[in-house]
Amino acid sequence: MLTEPEIQALLLSLRVSLVAVAAALPFALAASVWLARARFAGKALVEGAFTLPLVLPPVVIGYLLLLAFGTRGPLGAWLLAHLGIRFAFNWKGAALASAIVTFPFQVRAIRLALEAMDRGLSEAAETLGARALDRFVNLTLPLALPGILAGAITAFAASLGEFGAIITFVSNIPGETRTLPLAIYNALETPGGDLEAARLSALSIALALFGVALAAFAQRRAARSIGR
Amino acid sequence: MSAEISLYHQFSGFALDAQFRMEKGVTALFGPSGAGKTSVVNAIAGLLKPQKGRIVIGGRTLLDTDARVSVPAHARRIGYVFQDARLFPHMSVENNLRFGLRRAENPAGESEFAHIVELLGLGHLLARKPAKLSGGEKGRVALGRALLAAPRLLLLDEPLAALDAARKSEILPYLERLRDEARVPMLYVSHSLDEVTRLADSVVVMRDGRVAAKGPVFDLISDLEFAAASGVESYGAVLDASVASHRGDGLSVLSFAGGALVVGRVPKEPGARLRVRIRAEDVMLALEEPEAISANNVIPTKIAAIRQEAGHADVQLEAGAAKLVARITQASLVRLGLAPGARVFAIVKSVTVDRNTEDL
Repeated sequence: MLTEPEIQALLLSLRVSLVAVAAALPFALAASVWLARARFAGKALVEGAFTLPLVLPPVVIGYLLLLAFGTRGPLGAWLLAHLGIRFAFNWKGAALASAIVTFPFQVRAIRLALEAMDRGLSEAAETLGARALDRFVNLTLPLALPGILAGAITAFAASLGEFGAIITFVSNIPGETRTLPLAIYNALETPGGDLEAARLSALSIALALFGVALAAFAQRRAARSIGR
Repeated sequence: MSAEISLYHQFSGFALDAQFRMEKGVTALFGPSGAGKTSVVNAIAGLLKPQKGRIVIGGRTLLDTDARVSVPAHARRIGYVFQDARLFPHMSVENNLRFGLRRAENPAGESEFAHIVELLGLGHLLARKPAKLSGGEKGRVALGRALLAAPRLLLLDEPLAALDAARKSEILPYLERLRDEARVPMLYVSHSLDEVTRLADSVVVMRDGRVAAKGPVFDLISDLEFAAASGVESYGAVLDASVASHRGDGLSVLSFAGGALVVGRVPKEPGARLRVRIRAEDVMLALEEPEAISANNVIPTKIAAIRQEAGHADVQLEAGAAKLVARITQASLVRLGLAPGARVFAIVKSVTVDRNTEDL
């Protein structure tokens, strides 16, 4: 049904997006807690910075990543020398680009969930002997779960469609960085590749629909778990 | 156990400046909304940090701003039953109940858990989520959760205010049982005189952030100054009584410090103690002992004090060691020529008997 390159692009897309969302989640959680709770001068500025990936052209993000994480870039050189991690021109770089572009989706959803949370519950837990970390793990996290899920799923869906940042940062290498959107672009660039582009587009649409259904299901389950 | 509370905190446009002592039993923190009652309990729980204050409970200093001592809320071991229950929505009733228990210094054993579950009638609810509970059930779970954390003091912030009359009468008997078990001292916030007279041993009246009056419930509720301080419309006397005998005509005789009261059949053995309330509106006064009268209770008394206010007069009466209050019109006061020291007969139209724990 699907050809070898199609399956390759599909699996790569799923892997890149999954890793991007999972790796960004702890950072998104930390940033959300900070933005939801902290009060400081210049907070609006920081909030703006966190939404920057949403408004910048993805090409610009890819270019900045190339400057920073290329093998000669300051961060890229350091990571390679000390941890042996390489982002340039491989799928990990694609995941990094996706993670950064979709970071704001996660932060926004988690933050909304945290801000909607009843402070009174935390006070009640405090009078029952729970310290701050205890309250975070046993109260805040489970109650924010629907928000965390919503953010992760939105970020995952957006990540599946990421094009500009990936192609600029890690190029379009079959089997390594050629995710579905890049494969579609490649098919369109190839003479006689119209049918291939159409097949890949249909695959993308099917994937998106499946994602939406899964998201709705997961959210309902999570909401029920916190008694809504 | 005794507790010493002294708090000062300046809010925008409102100052809290309250000092009082608590002994064992139930202390009611009574007053109109906006009097600062919730701020007091929040400060005791450690959820509000007052600018100045001292809180010592059972010899343990929880707050002393002068000595820069402030025990954090999670280490205070103060049980708090919030008005809105605040059950954790993602946990079952059982896990809610065990939340504080698991974090207690000396966790209560399984027998204590079973006892509280039994006491509050929660056995059939343990597996449910809070969303599936009625208002009254939520209140009981919140009460059990606070108790199982083994608190040194239990704060109850209008636990009945959000409930309708039926739900209230569902929870009140549990609170009475708890009071009678006397396992933990309670500070009970309320603006309902009815709840206060039913539950409290002593009363602290708050008004505009200050303590306007305080004292044992038996003395205070019939005190003429109390009505002025608390601004309540309907007040009266609370009497400590015991069942003397059951008569053949379906009535029971109670004895109290000022004599005997005949009331509807009380389902208790002779000798059992009860709390009896007589509202000021339900007491009429007569100079001579009336003979042909439908009221069952005519009590000889002496006038202790009179306070006149906008059309009516509150007359405080001494019946032996007990105190009653009658609210009459100023016209009646003048017509009968009543003055302190005069002997009058109090005709009691209606008596409310509390602590009917038998018929639960």
